[in-house]
Amino acid sequence: MSSHLNALNSDSYIEISQYRDQHFKGNRYEQEKLLKQSSTLYVGNLSFYTTEEQVYELFSKSGDVKRIIIGLDKIKKTACGFCFVEYYTRGDAENAMRFINGTRLDDRIIRTDWDAGFREGRQYGRGKSGGQVSGAHRRWTCVS
Amino acid sequence: MSRRRHADENDGGQPHKRRRTSEPVEIEDRLESLICRVGEKSTSSLESNLEGLAGVLEADLPNYKNKILRILCSVARVLPEKLTIYTTLVGLLNARNYNFGGEFVEAMIRQLKETLKSNFFSEAVYLVRFLCDLVNCHVIAAPSVVALFENFVCVTQEDDVPQVRCDWYVYAVLSSLPWVGKELYEKKDVEMDRLLSQIDGYLKRRQKTHVAMLQIWSAEKPHPQEEYLDCLWAQIQKLKKDRWQERHILRPYVAFDSVLCEALQHNLPPFTPPPHSDSAVYPMPHVIFRMFDYTDAPEGPVMPGSHSVERFVIEENLHCIIRTHWKERKTCAAQLLSYPGKSKIPLNYHIVEVIFGELFQLPCPPHVEVMYTTLLIELCKLQPGSLPQVLAQATEMMYMRLDTMNITCVDRLVNWFSHHLSNFQFRWSWDDWADCLTADPEKPKAKFVREVLEKCMRLSYHQRIVDIVPPSFAPLIPANPLFIYKYEDENSSTLPGYNAAITVGNAIKNRASNEEILTLLKDVPNPNHEDDDDEGESFNPLKIDVFLQTLLSLAAKSFSHSFSALAKFHEVLKTLTESDEGKLHILRVVCDVWKNHPQMISVLVDKMIRTQIVDCVAVANWIFSQDMTHEFTRFYVWEILHSTIRKMNKHVQKIQKELEDSKEKLEKQHQKKDSGDEEDMEEDSQLEEQIERLQEKVESAQSEQKNLFLVIFQRFIMMLTEHLARCETGGTDLNTPWYKNCIERLQQIFLMHHATIQQYMGTLENLLFTAELDHHILAVYQQFCSLQA
Repeated sequence: MSSHLNALNSDSYIEISQYRDQHFKGNRYEQEKLLKQSSTLYVGNLSFYTTEEQVYELFSKSGDVKRIIIGLDKIKKTACGFCFVEYYTRGDAENAMRFINGTRLDDRIIRTDWDAGFREGRQYGRGKSGGQVSGAHRRWTCVS
Repeated sequence: MSRRRHADENDGGQPHKRRRTSEPVEIEDRLESLICRVGEKSTSSLESNLEGLAGVLEADLPNYKNKILRILCSVARVLPEKLTIYTTLVGLLNARNYNFGGEFVEAMIRQLKETLKSNFFSEAVYLVRFLCDLVNCHVIAAPSVVALFENFVCVTQEDDVPQVRCDWYVYAVLSSLPWVGKELYEKKDVEMDRLLSQIDGYLKRRQKTHVAMLQIWSAEKPHPQEEYLDCLWAQIQKLKKDRWQERHILRPYVAFDSVLCEALQHNLPPFTPPPHSDSAVYPMPHVIFRMFDYTDAPEGPVMPGSHSVERFVIEENLHCIIRTHWKERKTCAAQLLSYPGKSKIPLNYHIVEVIFGELFQLPCPPHVEVMYTTLLIELCKLQPGSLPQVLAQATEMMYMRLDTMNITCVDRLVNWFSHHLSNFQFRWSWDDWADCLTADPEKPKAKFVREVLEKCMRLSYHQRIVDIVPPSFAPLIPANPLFIYKYEDENSSTLPGYNAAITVGNAIKNRASNEEILTLLKDVPNPNHEDDDDEGESFNPLKIDVFLQTLLSLAAKSFSHSFSALAKFHEVLKTLTESDEGKLHILRVVCDVWKNHPQMISVLVDKMIRTQIVDCVAVANWIFSQDMTHEFTRFYVWEILHSTIRKMNKHVQKIQKELEDSKEKLEKQHQKKDSGDEEDMEEDSQLEEQIERLQEKVESAQSEQKNLFLVIFQRFIMMLTEHLARCETGGTDLNTPWYKNCIERLQQIFLMHHATIQQYMGTLENLLFTAELDHHILAVYQQFCSLQA
């Protein structure tokens, strides 16, 4: 028996952002559909020293974590400040967007965003030097 | 548009507000928006906004009456913190349009019936309260509300109904009186006195076995943890003594009295509470959480007393605000901090008390735990000069009272505090807590600090923890989470299996297959048998040691490495753990090698259950085994057990859902079927077969689930009985720290999984919780039964 009142059903923290993966295999509509159903999150602004264990501990607070894939520098194959977190259910991922996004891990404010789903190869940074594309906030500038 | 800037400012949320107001909207959306937003910060006064809105709505009634009715009914149900604003609005509309007022009242009664039938009891309370406040707005006649209350109180006379049903109807009456007590007494004091006397009688005779299980602290001092109806009754008694003078509630209708008193009133249609049915799920009782009183706020306004009705209203409203806005932490924090009337109360203290009250609520918090951590951080951001101090004060108070805090609440406090600290560079005045160093390390304070540091380490790293605490705290610092390999070096060369370990290690490094590994392991002798007569396939603990120690040692680098290792050699592991003893031993080995890294143990156990290397019962047996005696009071052990139970529950639910879906599919097919069509009949029979299979699967899963609980409870009973018997014969005090931990962990099983356990109560009572049991243990079971009795 929800209120059916749009004005009261605001849940802005779980809305999909403007970011679209340029390497996504499929059109914009397909990507958006996946984003809206996804239980995978992209996590950015991690310290290079942040470990899988730390990510597990923090993100387990919103539900059981299925898998974590630490983002790697394409050339050096070392952690370069981002990762993917997969949950078993969308609801748990939503709570992470609501309550873990924008809080600190390893003393840094981390950012989470919906991801269309991990594919082999996506764990590598796409910047010219092998790390993330220049500017930690690249993911949060409008690309559409 | 640069999202980068928005992201920095908003910390990830709520960008839409800037866009929405400039978009063109339909009239209906506009009506919704107008109604929902009235009462928010505005350049005009609330009264003039209400007046204006009433005018707009009156003009729209001819065309949009139903929409307006629907919106108003919704806000009555979901915005209880703005109750009096909307009752005033309805009052103004009723004064202008009597018929509309009547239709609204009827719609509300219909909605009340529906909410009760659908088990939405909190919302039903808000509806009742709304209807009551409409008396103050001259929309409803006081006598008809008294009649409603009389029908409610009659429920307490019903036979054979759960106490929680009667509780709800009494609560609905009492919790409305702060708003409407005065009016009702002025019009119908004789009837009201009779009502209150009936309620008094009911409250005196009702059972309160459940209270002990729901209290956050077991001590009466400094603040008794009162049962919610007892507290509310005391508050209403006091209000009555004060002749129903209530000064806290914001009442906009007072300003409109001259207009409203000209209005004609309606009578509530007679309302009979829907009869009890088996599908009814009434709210569980709860205990009122109090941690502050008037002595705690050092300066500024005084906190209303625990039995003052102001305290009730403030707490109700703050709970309602969280209920409405929990998904949006910035809005929630802002709404809490702009509570009307905040200048007269120590608002920060109320907010902190209400938030911790929810976090510690037993059996479960209303919302996911992490929400409260983040909400408190937002509040600290908005009030950096005052809220952090209140929070620190609260933390200090809770630390001092750890000795009597329910262990489930201690768990949550550990989780909250460590997560909170990790957002503030782990800054804390640890020296203030030096007293925990001299006490028995098994006592609650020392355990608390140890578990907090352990959790802090999980969010950072070992050296960080060493750096943040004073040197005197060294004994409480968690171990460096390093792997312990039995066959580490030449010093272990005399251990049985050492050579095999080297061979296996090399094989793994050379990418051996599962088959090759199994072949290698065949040569490992079995310490349990004189000769391997059956090709070494029976349980061989040495094989498990050799293989698993070596494998995990090679994969120790990270979780991912260990998961890959388990996946790669799944076949070998399944073979080694075919028997129950094998499953138990594998868990033992995992715990041995990762003794310093409880987090790793948890994730490995989780993985092994999910990949069916071990089953849930094996994990339960392992936790209660001799080997785990030393770890039995460690927090992580219970995290593992509860996680295991939850996995079992989810598994059962998943198959049940599959069964439901298949049954629905069959129903649909039957409905549209032309009889005799061969294709249809074949599809049908396939579906029927599938349903049969799923039915069996469900039954088997439920049987496994029931067995899991039986094992857990059995083990608890054995351990506790042993302890109690030993204390009796030895003449020692049974209330050791170990006992407190154990009995509260038993309670915790009941509390955290109460819905599932309800299904198996018959078996539990017949097999385990019989009258012969020691009364200390039986009491826990009885408390659990009383939760829904």
